[in-house]
Amino acid sequence: MNGARNANAGIGRAASQIHRVLTEAWRLQPLYVSLYAILLSFVVGGVLISIIGVNPFTAYWALLRGMVGGGDEIAGSVARSVPFIGSALALAFAFRAGLFNIGAEGQLLAGGITAAYVGALSWMSDLPGIVAIPLILIAGTMGGAIWGGIPGVLRTKTGAHEVISTIMLNSLVLFGVRWMVNSRDPVVLRDTESTVPRTDSISDTAVLPELVDSQPVLHVGLFALVGICFVVAFVLKRTTFGFEVGTVGLNPHASHYAGINVNRVIVASMAASGAFAGLAAASEISGTNGFFQPGTFFLMGFDGIAIALLARTNPVAIIAAALLWGSMLSGAPLMQQEADVSIDVVRIIQAMVLLFVAADAIVRYLFRVRELDQSPFKATSIEGAV
Amino acid sequence: MAQASGGAARPVLEVEGITKAFPGVVANDDVSLTLSQGEIHCLLGENGAGKSTLVNMVFGLYRPDRGTIKVRGEEVHFEDSGDAIARGIGMVHQHFQLIPVFTVAENIILGNEVTKGAFLDLDSARRQIDSLADRYGLAVDPDATVGDLSVGEQQRVELVKALFRDADILILDEPTAVLTPGEVDDFFGVVESLTGQGKSIIFITHKLREVLAVADRITVLRAGQVVGTATAEGATQQSLANLMVGRDVVFRVDKAEADPGAPVLRTQDLRVADDRGVETVTGFDVEVRAGEIFGIAGVEGNGQRELVEAICGMRPTAGGRVEMLGQETTDWSPRKINELGVAHVPENRSKHGVVAQYTIADNLVLNRYHHRKFSQRGVRNTGAINAEAQELVEQFDVRTPGVDAVIDTLSGGNQQKVIVARELTGDLKALVVAQPTRGLDVGSIEFIHRKIIELRDRGVAVLLVSAELDEILSLSDRIGVLYRGRLAGTVNAADATREELGLLMATGSSEGQR
Repeated sequence: MNGARNANAGIGRAASQIHRVLTEAWRLQPLYVSLYAILLSFVVGGVLISIIGVNPFTAYWALLRGMVGGGDEIAGSVARSVPFIGSALALAFAFRAGLFNIGAEGQLLAGGITAAYVGALSWMSDLPGIVAIPLILIAGTMGGAIWGGIPGVLRTKTGAHEVISTIMLNSLVLFGVRWMVNSRDPVVLRDTESTVPRTDSISDTAVLPELVDSQPVLHVGLFALVGICFVVAFVLKRTTFGFEVGTVGLNPHASHYAGINVNRVIVASMAASGAFAGLAAASEISGTNGFFQPGTFFLMGFDGIAIALLARTNPVAIIAAALLWGSMLSGAPLMQQEADVSIDVVRIIQAMVLLFVAADAIVRYLFRVRELDQSPFKATSIEGAV
Repeated sequence: MAQASGGAARPVLEVEGITKAFPGVVANDDVSLTLSQGEIHCLLGENGAGKSTLVNMVFGLYRPDRGTIKVRGEEVHFEDSGDAIARGIGMVHQHFQLIPVFTVAENIILGNEVTKGAFLDLDSARRQIDSLADRYGLAVDPDATVGDLSVGEQQRVELVKALFRDADILILDEPTAVLTPGEVDDFFGVVESLTGQGKSIIFITHKLREVLAVADRITVLRAGQVVGTATAEGATQQSLANLMVGRDVVFRVDKAEADPGAPVLRTQDLRVADDRGVETVTGFDVEVRAGEIFGIAGVEGNGQRELVEAICGMRPTAGGRVEMLGQETTDWSPRKINELGVAHVPENRSKHGVVAQYTIADNLVLNRYHHRKFSQRGVRNTGAINAEAQELVEQFDVRTPGVDAVIDTLSGGNQQKVIVARELTGDLKALVVAQPTRGLDVGSIEFIHRKIIELRDRGVAVLLVSAELDEILSLSDRIGVLYRGRLAGTVNAADATREELGLLMATGSSEGQR
């Protein structure tokens, strides 16, 4: 009993010591909770692994090598992470406008199917790559923007809450594309020569150039998505539109009073959010897959929610969070191979990261972090402003 | 510090040498206070003087850094408000802590449920509530839903709730701020019946008239320190105000005769519905001319909010028309009306007036961030924004460490000064102000009044809506009384009396009720 209390105090002291060192080393204030949440999740995950009867250090060593053990591993990890950047931005941008866009899953599908359709159009092969590639990316972006914009319009015209409507639209597009890709009679978008349900392959001219021939392939889409993060950071911080988005997100009533067109900002933010997901999907279709399969983006939108919250919706931090997320998934197979620990353990650790970020009181208590920033979950929900 | 003059009654509460610091500010510095049984002790002070901090420590919500609190001679250390309640201390907050969808009885027993086995015993709760209500003259219907009650009735529910928990020391935090003049009189009656039966009351306010009407003793706080203790007999409004502010306060607003010009703002048969769709403005006609202040008096809830919002474009009209500067502006967007030169100081500071998480600088450009001066090709010019903010902060005497401070860290009075600074700057033709000094201290009120008059003297048409009759009387050139959504009468401010306006406000007619 006494020993347990001492150990507890010891852990507390060590934890607050870690916090002190980090405070001095980095100026990352709002992100402390996220860093500690990751740390804590790995600790709890380690306990879990040792319960299975595996040395957690062996398992984590294998995981680490799977993530960053060599050039190919690193490239594969980065490649796996790229689309997560887009799906996380889809949540983060809308969040700044006070909207909870959980429809990235559907917006990815809408963007992906549009990109695949446009990429496979017969005249695409006559175009040079410098035209065809932007075209396929724009097509996917537009597809996502429209699918994201619909809940925005519904919100402003009917007051339907975006959480409900994005969930509905997720199902709608999921079953819609499944039918389009599966159906043989009539043939909609199915490649009839293929034994598995998929669309026709896109034209060679529309394929994004490859950077590293890793597994999966690392392609130029990386620059597009990383670039977008910096653009979004600039827009939010320095532009008048970003000011409007932030103002609507924090206080829609004051925005209305100050003459901001709240409805326009809501629709524009939702459409922009969808566009980021759409771009991510298009870059995957163009650079990685070459065609559309309904399962390609499975769970990618929901992982985006976790990544965005881990990054506290900071667009630049999203890059780091997405890299962590993607490389964990990319490294997990080696852990399974060498330490015989299921890939699902990585999924469990990721779920715990999200849990600790959400229930940040636990982390704050353990690491003695004062409440400085606003937890995304504690933000007051907005009512209809008009 | 002066002790109670009688000295016979034994103190039920003694606060001795309390100090409480928050990061960057000492909210209470060596504050002492005694409360005798059956006494009404007023705690007076400007916003940010430390009144709320002090009572929050007495009620166990904060813990003092130094000093002691004694209840009936016994030293206490409260961990939370539950401990304070157990010692017989009750508090009625300025913002009521009631659940609107519950009934009165349910709200009162909440947290202190009377049960019979696993079930609520609402019947016996009802009986207890009725007997409390009888004893203290607090008429409440235990079965009414709280959301349907008027503000005055909700306050009575809060009082019964405290009494239900056997409180005999009651802390009332600005209880009259939300009441109409008639309700205030009823409330004073209740307070006296409470003290008559041995309850002791700490009454927080900054309305001097009320202090003199109700207090036995008065403690004045300024910047966290006790600057004086007085008995009600020896004090005057002037002496208390000077103590509170720390300098001589001018009560009368000095202003020259108005020199009205052409009509600037006009409404014809304006009709507006509230959020529930009920028409609360029911045919309102007014004409405000350049260089005059038209004051709208009236009991709150007679359509003031809807009227102001419709004129400023924030709420759709249901009929009639609004004209400004010779153009019809009915149902224009807030931005279009604003660009015409019409400024609006909104009634609800935190909901409409500011974005709490933004800096002072961003709040100062909240409605003109897009002007060429502050934004070029869609990119914000932070330098220009900060320079403008710096200038306005100085010009309007906003007390802040800097323009990049988050506005939520300022006191209410300083936040209001930021709003006033934003709205009163620029090329104005008309100004619509709603409750411009609600909840502010004497110093800030004086300042804001002076600014409004300056604007009038520059030829701006001002429409002033206020629940404070004194404010209407001292600022306006003409006064209209809003009664059930229309003007019940218009009088020249020079000829108006409180009695006449009071009658108009209460009955809608200067002949009184027929």
